[in-house]
Amino acid sequence: MKKIYESAEAALVDVLIDGMVIAAGGFGLCGIPELLLEGIKQAGTKDLTFASNNAGVDDFGIGILLQTRQVKKMISSYVGENAEFMRQYLSGELELEFNPQGTLAERMRAGGCGIPGFYTKTGVGTVIAEGKESKMFDGQEYILEEGIFADLSIVKAWKADDTGNLIFRKTARNFNPPAAMCGRICIAEVEEIVPRGSLDPDLIHLPGIYVHRIVQGDHEKRIEQRTVRERA
Amino acid sequence: MWDRNQMAARAADELQDGWYVNLGIGIPTLVANYVGDKDITLQSENGMLGMGPFPFDGDEDPDLINAGKQTITELSRTAYFDSATSFGMIRGGKIAAAILGAMEVAENGDLANWMIPGKLVKGMGGAMDLVAGVGRVVVVMDHTNKYGESKVLKACTLPLTGRGVVDRIITNLGVFDVVEGGLHIIECAEGVTENELRAATEATIV
Repeated sequence: MKKIYESAEAALVDVLIDGMVIAAGGFGLCGIPELLLEGIKQAGTKDLTFASNNAGVDDFGIGILLQTRQVKKMISSYVGENAEFMRQYLSGELELEFNPQGTLAERMRAGGCGIPGFYTKTGVGTVIAEGKESKMFDGQEYILEEGIFADLSIVKAWKADDTGNLIFRKTARNFNPPAAMCGRICIAEVEEIVPRGSLDPDLIHLPGIYVHRIVQGDHEKRIEQRTVRERA
Repeated sequence: MWDRNQMAARAADELQDGWYVNLGIGIPTLVANYVGDKDITLQSENGMLGMGPFPFDGDEDPDLINAGKQTITELSRTAYFDSATSFGMIRGGKIAAAILGAMEVAENGDLANWMIPGKLVKGMGGAMDLVAGVGRVVVVMDHTNKYGESKVLKACTLPLTGRGVVDRIITNLGVFDVVEGGLHIIECAEGVTENELRAATEATIV
C-alpha cells in the first residue's frame, strides 16, 4: 500500500470532517506538524477539537487555525504565548480543557494502546480531580483519567521510510509518538523520505504500523525562545 | 538575606551525587550553575536527560529546546525520548528531585504555583505531574509577596498544584522542612535571626 502523498493537502483531502478530534504532536513550536496545520487551514474544516500540548503562537502552529476560527476546543497543558487564543477563550468562543502535561501524554499513549482509562496520582487534591473517580491503591489516592481516541493524528518526524517507519530528531520527538498512536488515521510530515532498508531497524522510534500517510516538505522550524551564551 | 544566586547555591546543596533532577523555570534554573563536582543529570520534561548549557550564538538548533522553550545543547550522556516516556519516569518516581518555584506553600506541604483566579491562566504544564511523581520536591521562592506578606502559609489560598507534596522550602530568609504539625526550621539565611524568620512566616513552626 502506498503511503506517500505528494502534499499535505492531498493527504488530508478525504479525512477531514467538521467537528473531528485531532491529536497533534509538538511541544511549543518544536516538532509541530506545520505543513499539515497549514493544509487544514486551506481545507477550512471547522469545529475542530485539538489534543495538543500547546496552541502555537498567533501566526504559527495551531495559532493559524485560531485566526480562522476553525478550532472549537483545545485539550492542552499550557497555552501561554498566544494572544488570539486568550481573546477567544475569554470571550467564550473557544473551549479549553487543561490537562497536566504527563496526563495528556499518557492519555494519548493509552488511547493508542487500547486502554480506555488509567489511574494516576497527578492532580489529586487539585481542580483537575474534580468530577473524576478516585481510588486508593496501597494507601495512596489516584484519579481515573481517560485515554484519548482521536479521529486523526498529525505529527512531524525527521525521517520516514516509504513504509512509514519514523525517526525523530532531538527534542522534536516530544508528543509526536503518543499523538501518532492515538489516532484512527495518522498522517506524518517529514523532512526526508528515504528508501526502505536505509533506516536501522533497531533505531526506529515509531514503527510504520502507526503511520498511514506520509508527506515530505520544507519546514520553517521556528524558534520560540532563542537563548544563547557568549563565546568565550 | 540571600539573593537569587545564593538561594540557587543553597538549593544545589540539596542535590546528591548521581541524582537525576528536574529544575523549574526562574531561580531553579540557576541551580545548575552551583552543582560543582557532583554528577547530576538534568531532565527536561519535553523529552531529554542530560541537558547542557545554552548554545553559543549561531549554534541554536530549533529541534533542541528545554521545557521553557529555550534553545539548549546536548551532552555526551544525553538521551532523548517522547513525552509519554518522559512523564513515565517522572510519575514513576525515577527522578530523584524537582526544584520548583512557587506562589504559595503551606505547612502541610500543599503547593500552589500555577494559577491565580481572575488572572490570565496559562496552564499547569508539567508541574502537577512533577510534584506528584518525583522523589523529593524542593521549593525555592521569595519568602514574601510584593505586599510583604508571607508566602509560607498555614493553608494555601490559591488553587493547588499538588496536595502535601513539598518536602523542603528554601526562601531568601531561610530553609524549612515540612514535618508533622508544621514546618521545622533547618537554617536561617545569612544575617537573618530565627526570631526574624519566625516573624516573617505565617505557617506554624514546630
